[in-house]
Amino acid sequence: MSIRLIAIGTSAGGVTAIQRLMALLPKDFRIPLVVVQHLPSNPGINLSLVFGSAMHFPVFEAVDKLAIEAGTVYFAPPGYHLLVEKDQTFSLSQDEPVHFSRPSIDVFFEAAANAYGTHLCGVLLTGANADGAEGLRLIAQQGGVTLVQDPLDAEVNAMPRAALALFQPHFVGSLTQIAHKLTELARGSDVC
Amino acid sequence: MSIDPIERHLFLEGIFLRFGHDFRLYAEASLNRRLNSLLTRFQTDSLLKLLQRILETPALFRDVLPFLTINTSEFFRDPTFFRALRENVVPVLKTYSKFTIWVAGCSTGEEVLSLAILLKEENLLKRAIIHATDINAQAIKRASEGIYELSTMQTYNRNYTSAGGTKNPSDYYTAEYGLARFDPALLENVVFSEHNLATDAAFVEAHLILCRNVLIYFNRDLQDRVFDLFTSSLAYKGFLGIGSKESMRFSPSATHYETIDQDLKIYALRSDSATVRNQINRGVQP
Repeated sequence: MSIRLIAIGTSAGGVTAIQRLMALLPKDFRIPLVVVQHLPSNPGINLSLVFGSAMHFPVFEAVDKLAIEAGTVYFAPPGYHLLVEKDQTFSLSQDEPVHFSRPSIDVFFEAAANAYGTHLCGVLLTGANADGAEGLRLIAQQGGVTLVQDPLDAEVNAMPRAALALFQPHFVGSLTQIAHKLTELARGSDVC
Repeated sequence: MSIDPIERHLFLEGIFLRFGHDFRLYAEASLNRRLNSLLTRFQTDSLLKLLQRILETPALFRDVLPFLTINTSEFFRDPTFFRALRENVVPVLKTYSKFTIWVAGCSTGEEVLSLAILLKEENLLKRAIIHATDINAQAIKRASEGIYELSTMQTYNRNYTSAGGTKNPSDYYTAEYGLARFDPALLENVVFSEHNLATDAAFVEAHLILCRNVLIYFNRDLQDRVFDLFTSSLAYKGFLGIGSKESMRFSPSATHYETIDQDLKIYALRSDSATVRNQINRGVQP
């Protein structure tokens, strides 16, 4: 089973968690990563600029119709739902917020599960609400790999807890362990 | 629930053939979400069964259409965009004694009113004819009334100032019974009409076209069509404003435009593009 996209959802505590996770990945990590991170309602923040200098991967804000490329990190633009199409390009929508969030992790996870099926890995990290749990379950239902940060390791545990209350993901662990799993996935070994 | 692609295809084809509304080239992922909501609303798990019901009872389509279109809008959305309009576009508009603006996909009218207020403050409103179009007749009706829930005025008040407004934002509306009623004079020169970007032709020669956060719902083929439509609808050196996360760079039309503001996505038709416009109007591929 080869993973072609890693979808990461997080809210409160996410900025630090993402920075730590990225730093733990090897420099030759080639699977594209897409981060959907809730932010306080400040429409001006472009996370790709916040993270850009801190990562050893190229970092972009996901704009409409942008093609997803290997070895790259993408952030959902604030104020929009991020989705992905079957041709591996991004699309956006301004439909109603889901779980009071736009971008919503559920919305991205569901679209990614439909587009990538078994070639998707979904990761749910620290966060303060239940967004992402249902989407992560959909990823598992479509044959994708699902990783959840251990609530004990998470700065805010509501988001991982919501997922664990809903279904049994393939792996639950600390950020360090999740980074190892992702690295194994990138090497094509079967982690589950 | 994932949407069956064959049922989806037949549903969209049926809607197009029966009602003329063409969603066949909409971006799949977000349309799938709305089709799911539609199925929930009509308590069915099959788009084919729903299509059959709609074909038997065409009046149902009025309740279906709002699920397929998106009516999210906001006063002075992306306030810096309006600042950029004041700086880069208004000075050119001031050189015309009369000019035409097309707001494509005007939804419930927030963008039109924002624009009208900006033009009024620049003493340009009386020189302008604004064509405001949308696919959704109900949205247009609401837009033409200029009446909004008082609760939405919070965003309006906040954005108005960030957008470079110099007056008191409440100068433009009166509040009564929980509603905000905008000064009807703002909409005096606005022509509201139904227009479908997916199927309808050019109808205007505009000095400025605003079409923000509409293209995100279209796939690339339909985006290309709409950019062609805009190219053939723009006057010499006319301006085009699209959404800040939308991009023209994936479309062949990009070569016909110069970039006025990269971040806020304001473009101007290149002065040498008149030939292209004629080609498009004659149906020749440029």
